[in-house]
This record gives sequence, structure tokens and C-alpha cells, in this order.
Amino acid sequence: MIAYQFVIDPSRCIGCRSCENACAECDTHRGVPMIHVDFVDRSRGIETVPTICMHCTDPTCAEVCPADAIKQTEDGVVMSSLKPRCIACSNCVLACPFGVPKMVVRAEQMMKCDMCFDRTSEGLRPMCATVCPSQALSYRPVGEVERERRDTPINEFVFGQQVVTTKVFLMAPEGTERVAIDVADHVWEDRP
Amino acid sequence: MAHPPRSDADLIAEFGPHLAYEPPGGWHGPSAGPPPALVKTHCCFCGQQCGIQLKVRDNQVIGFEPWEEFPFNRGMLCPKGVRRYLQDNHRDRLTAPLVREAGGFRKTTWDDALARTVRGLQEIQAAHGKDAVAVLGGASLTSEKSYLVGKLARVALGTRHVDYNGRLCMVSAGVPYKHTFGVDRSPNPWSDIPKAQVLFIIGANIAECAPITTDYVWRCKDAGGTLIVADPRATPITRKADLFLPVRPGTDLAMLLAMLHVIVRDGLENRAFLEAHTTGWAEVAAEAAAWDPVRAARICGVPPEAIERTAHLIAKAERAILLHARGLEHHSKGVENCQAAINLMLACGHIGREGAGVMMVTGQGNGQGGREHGQKCDQLPGQRSISDPAARAHVAKIWGIAPEELPGAGLTALEIVEAIHRGEIRGLLLLCFNPMVSLPDGAYVRAALDKLAHFTVIDFFLSETAHHADVVLPGSLQEEEEGVVCSAEGRVIHIQRAVTPPDGARADTDILCELGRRLGGAHHADKFAFASPREVFDELRRASAGGVADYGGITYERIDRELGLFWPCPTEDHPGTPRLFEGGRTYHVDGKAHLEATPWREGGDPLDAEFPIHLTTGRVVSQYLSGTQTRRIGPLVDQAPEPRLELHPTLAEAHGIADGDWVEVTTRRGAQTFRALVVRTIRPDTVFVPYHWPGARSANRLTHRTMDPRSKIPEFKSSACRLAKGAPPPGTRRQLPIAGAS
Repeated sequence: MIAYQFVIDPSRCIGCRSCENACAECDTHRGVPMIHVDFVDRSRGIETVPTICMHCTDPTCAEVCPADAIKQTEDGVVMSSLKPRCIACSNCVLACPFGVPKMVVRAEQMMKCDMCFDRTSEGLRPMCATVCPSQALSYRPVGEVERERRDTPINEFVFGQQVVTTKVFLMAPEGTERVAIDVADHVWEDRP
Repeated sequence: MAHPPRSDADLIAEFGPHLAYEPPGGWHGPSAGPPPALVKTHCCFCGQQCGIQLKVRDNQVIGFEPWEEFPFNRGMLCPKGVRRYLQDNHRDRLTAPLVREAGGFRKTTWDDALARTVRGLQEIQAAHGKDAVAVLGGASLTSEKSYLVGKLARVALGTRHVDYNGRLCMVSAGVPYKHTFGVDRSPNPWSDIPKAQVLFIIGANIAECAPITTDYVWRCKDAGGTLIVADPRATPITRKADLFLPVRPGTDLAMLLAMLHVIVRDGLENRAFLEAHTTGWAEVAAEAAAWDPVRAARICGVPPEAIERTAHLIAKAERAILLHARGLEHHSKGVENCQAAINLMLACGHIGREGAGVMMVTGQGNGQGGREHGQKCDQLPGQRSISDPAARAHVAKIWGIAPEELPGAGLTALEIVEAIHRGEIRGLLLLCFNPMVSLPDGAYVRAALDKLAHFTVIDFFLSETAHHADVVLPGSLQEEEEGVVCSAEGRVIHIQRAVTPPDGARADTDILCELGRRLGGAHHADKFAFASPREVFDELRRASAGGVADYGGITYERIDRELGLFWPCPTEDHPGTPRLFEGGRTYHVDGKAHLEATPWREGGDPLDAEFPIHLTTGRVVSQYLSGTQTRRIGPLVDQAPEPRLELHPTLAEAHGIADGDWVEVTTRRGAQTFRALVVRTIRPDTVFVPYHWPGARSANRLTHRTMDPRSKIPEFKSSACRLAKGAPPPGTRRQLPIAGAS
């Protein structure tokens, strides 16, 4: 069986929101998208970025969950909260370093991208990666993206002291090994 | 007199647009769960015609599923394709013929409505001659429907005035492609795009108007290709561009002439190719001599160095492709613009090879096929010229009429509106066209519709244009009837009937045939005795056979088996023709490409002290053309609830305008008010407004009617305007997206 990987390449995104629209059509969370697209800064440019769950190896959302409601499948997909356990406290929403989980008030539970578990289990690609017109989101055999594209897929991210590895890969400039984000660099302090 | 019978607000309350958000029965109703049928067909929006599967249950389209085997898009879809199914089972759907009365539209029987149309049109023709009636069609119709529109006009009505909304689309490309190559089609299949070493995209907002083509462009970049983009706005495709040329609206020709100048000056032209395969190069080179890059830069606002670099990149590449769309074509010199693009690529021998060519990106659903088989005012089926005696004899024979009965070339779409103003045309039959939104100078168009003595519209929703109709005949959606279309790359594909029209509405071909029988009378009724679209297609194949766009060997079964067929395909054992002009051979008798010099001209709405700013128009990704369909699909409307006026911060600051402010835009036609979107992604001397909306939100109330003298395309892409901070237009409802709307 061919192993597949999910690869995000924000530099290809054209902001069309086909992924959001298609995600909302899913049979398991009908009408509500679990992913989103943002402009980096529309006043300055047209660059947009899609955000889907990165499916961390050791998911922070699950670690901080007081109700132990967030589970991983055997192949590393991090699921939405278990409805009977979820207490809708939003710890996961606050703790996720990528800003993925959303508290769905109507459902009184945290819901998030489950990498189209219903589709991948039937041999179909996740919906967003199937429809994405620019293939900024793609789902492909392991090893293919290195052959076809020039940038480097990475799945290690450093947030301050925390190192996060993910099931989903992100395309970074050629030769990049990990993305390091020190939050301290981005904090604004009013110094007299 | 065809004034709308009630106020716009009343008509909107009754007929919409209302917003559909959910499949029939709601998200948790019967549409949840696996559907009994998946129908492999194509998207109804845009010229790319992506493969898509429609989920069908109980004669209702309830959703979609990607179709990954179809080679063009391999499952990819833009948001319009994803949400298109929400136009089905829509509360605004017309399900009974309507006739206009003093107090509004009244439902009537089909027999009564058809009789009124026939009587209305025939009374006009009896009093004022055959040509006092015109027919306007559209390029979102299948080729079978397009064929019937042409035959209905020319045989049953006997009028020469039949044209279509493709007049607003590809015609400025069609003229120079026919002149240069003898054929009007994009010469290369899309699979050539990733093979180019240099890709020059000019006047084409690929990411928003042809979204799936983005993947082809990015794969070209992945393979090491160089991407050059020319546009007054930095559209999303520029985010990976190696070179961005921010060309001033209406001045593409100066920029292209300067590129030719550099090629001639530096001796970079492909002399062997030019001598063996072209005529007219000497005149083209002589013309370019006067256009050094500094002179051009003063006009087009692109740095001379960038012009030089582009010329060198294209000339030195072994394989280069130029993609162009409406940005190059919507000008009063649109033909010259496209001709200059062709001249540039042929000067370097970039044609007829894998990864080398000049390609038009057709915009409308059947933008290619809709112009090939007879609803264009000067063409007969098979892309034949209506003034060619042999073509007339061929088609007349198939139609069972004498060649002299076949009318000659008629007026183009906007000229038909002008002829209505002059009183020469008094009756109109229209389908698949919403001129109240899509034609320039909206007030002038509205006044023309009000002058009509009889006006019948065939449509599935009551468009803003249908507000003016005497009779409205409820027609069918694309998914309600079988047929073929031809995609932007020249691939003929099969539209499947996924469902039947709702009770009360009828299939478009049924309506056209019935009108043909009633209007044609005893003499011509038998010429519209088609029992199915397949029978229409069989006649279309014979009518096109021997023409340039030869469909003789194309059958529905072959299309299904081979996932589309590229025309020309003259016989059933012919493989089709994905790439034209291989070996440098064109469709002219001498086999050569006929180049033509392109003298500079000013546009039709020049800037002056009173109107010092360029206004340009275009599309957004979530809306399609005049919005008759997409303004009824909730999620697509939420994505772009209203037109925003894009302007640069320096221009905004000079007028005291902040992001989100209301701005009054005034042109020589009038004033409209839009909310500002202050962005650095547009030239500081230019503003942009998307055109999908009617009335107070219509960009086309500001545009002007100057046409290209040959293609008759209006100059949508360049008007002169002035700006002032404004107040919200009266009666404006805030139409911001509602979070989690359901």
C-alpha cells in the first residue's frame, strides 16, 4: 500500500476559498468548515494562507485537555473532541500553536479538521486537497513532492522552548530543516 | 413599451435573488448519506469546464463529488464549482411562463405564452421587415442550443440579426487568430503550459477567473519556468511572478510594440521561422522601429528595463507561452492588442510546439463552442463565414433552404442595442444573456429595452434583463439537458443530463424547437423536428463537417470513452487535434501565419482634467459573469457580498478616503457609489470595480460604449473617472457576511 502525506504550500495559495467551501460540504460536519484561509495583510498584498490541522505527533490540544476528550487514530490523525467527554472549556483552542481548533458553540464541543477520516479510510483524498485549484493543499504519495517541487517539505516547528513535529508537511524554502518561531520576537511592549 | 411592471424591490421580493445555503431538506435531511447516483459531467461556470460529479437523488441534485479521472482538472474545483449545486431546487426557479401586465408578472400556460411570443415577433416583422427582430444568445449554452439559436434566427425568423454575449468575451482574440492562422481556437492544449521555459501572462486574472489554470502555472514554475505577469493590479497569480509589469489600462499595445522593438533592435528574431512560415514580418518590424522602450514606458508606465528583460527572456527561450484574456481584449484596440501578442510570439518562433505558443483563455462556460456553430452574427456552423458562397450553399443544403434564403451578416450585440434605440429593431428574443448587468453604459441599455415593442426572454431565473420582458419562458439549467461544449483548450466534452427540469419549466432545446416550428410556419416547421439534443448534435456534426471547426468525427460515445476530443476531428477514426499548427503550418491556403502591423491608437474614453483616473473592471473568484446564478448561492455571495472599489493608498489619501469608506465614482456616463478597499496591489492612477452586480452596485453603469471597430467588443477595461468621498447609496442594506449563516 502506498503511503500518502498531506503537504501545505502557502506560497501557492490564491485565496479562492475552495477548500473552505468544500470542507463545509462534508458529510460529518455539514455546513461548517473546519479549515480557513487568511490574507497575510490585504492592504499590502494578495498573499493568502490556508490553515488546516497539522496533526501533531504529540498534540498540544490533547495534552492540555482536562477531560481527555481529544484522541489520535492509529495513523496519527488528531480527531475532534469526543462529544460525551468535551466540556467546551476551550483550553485546546488557546493552546494550539497553529490556531486550529474551534469551539463550535452550537455543537457545544471543539471541532477541528480530521483530515477527512471518512474519505481517507475509503481510499479517497481529503476533500480540500482534492479540490484545491492551486494545489497549495495536496495529498500525495510520500516522496513525490520532493521530486516535483523545488522547496523542501518540513514537519518540525520550534515555538520558543517547544519543539513540535507534525504529520502534515509544510513547504519551506529550499534547504530549510525546521521553522523556528520565537514568540518573544513578536511581542509588543510599550517601553518608555 | 417594456418597462418593468413593478419596482425593482417588488420584483426582487418575488423573484429574488434569494440566497440558497443548504441542499434540499437541509444539512441533516435526506441529502446526508450516500446518494444513489453520481453523474459525471462538467461545471456550468467558466471556459475551463472542469470535470465534476453531481450527487443525484430523486431527480434532485443534492451535492457534488470531485471527478479525479478527468484529465483537465483531476478533481480540482474552484468555489463556484463546489457550490454550484445550490442553484438546483432553488426557490427563485421559474416554473411557469410569465406575461407582463400592469400590476406585475402573471403566470400563464405554455401555449398562451408561446402564442404571444410568436404573435409579437411576427406582427413586428409583418410591419417592419424580417430584420426588425433580433435574437441574442449566450456562450453558456451547449453547442446544440447555440446551433438552434442560429438556425431559429436565420430560418424560422429569417432575420440576419443574431449575436450572443460572447461578443463581450473572446471576439478581440478571434479576429486576429483568424487573420493570422485561419482559425479561432487556442492553439495549445493546457498540458503545454508546464512545459514552457517562459510564461508571459498578460491581462488574465488566472487565479480568480480560471482558477484551475493556476496549478498549470505553478507546475511551470516547479519545472524551473520564468513567470512574467502584466496587469494593472497585482492579482493572486503575481505572488510567484519573477517579473511583474504594472501596465496602465489601455496601453498594452505600446508595451508589446516596445518588446518587438527590442527583439528587432537586438537581432533576436527567429529569421528562419519567419521566412519559412510567415508573411508580413517586414511591416511588423518597421512598425516596431518607432517604439523604443523609453517611449513606450512613458505611455504604459512599465519600466523600460522590465520591457527589455521580458523581450530578451521570450526571445532567448526555446519554448515560451503567452496567455491572454479579457485584460488584453476588452479595448477599442483589442484586436491590435491580441495581434501584437501573436506577432511577438511568432517573431521568436513560439508556435505549434510543446510548450510554445500564444493562447487565449476563453472565459465563458461554452465560450469556445458557443461561437463555433452559428449564433455569432457573421458565422455559420463549423466556424464558416456567412459571406462565403460555398459555406452558405453547404449549410443551406443541410437546412433544406435555398442559399438566397439565408440572411447575410447581421449586427453585433451592442450594435443591436443601438439599432433598438434607432427604432430599426423593435422585437427581441433573448436567452442566456443579462445585458442589464453585462453590457456597458447600463442606463443606455435599460432605455433600449424599454423601447422594445416585443421582448421575450428564456431563462431559469428572472434576471434583471427579464424584468423588462413581455413574455418569460422558464428554461433549463445546464444539468437538465444533454449536450456538448468546447472548453478553453479546444476539448469537446459531454454535458450529461443529471436531472429533468422541474414541473412547469422546459428544456431549452424543446423551447427553441417549438418556437422554430411555430415561427417557421408550414414552410419551415419540419426543420425543427428534433426529438432530442442528440438529433441536433447529429445535424450540427454534418453542418460543421468540412469547416474549420470540424466535429464530423465526434460522437457522445467517443467523448465519454476518450474523456473529450479536440477539434478538428473530421472522421470517427481521427484522433482529434490537441495542438494546432505543428510544423508551423496554419489553416491558410499558403500554410503560413499572416502577421499584421498594429498601429497605436488612443482609447475611446480618454483621461482629462475632469476625469483624471483610470477605471477598470473585472471579476471576483466567487461570482460568475452577470451573477444570475451565483448571486443566488449563499456561500458565494458571503465570500464577496458587494463590489469593492480597489484603490491605492496614495490615491485614497489624496481624496481623504479610508478603507471601508463609501466612494462616489463619476464617469462621463454617470455616478455610482462603492465601498473602498485600500490596497497597495493596484496602480496609483487606477481604480478597479468588479462587474457582477445590477443597479446601484453596477460597474457597467460607468463603462462606455466605444467598440473595437473590427471585433465590436466594448472597451470595459479602460474608462476615465473621478473620485469623491461619498455617502452610502440610498436604500443600501449592509450586505456583510453573516458568520455561520444558515
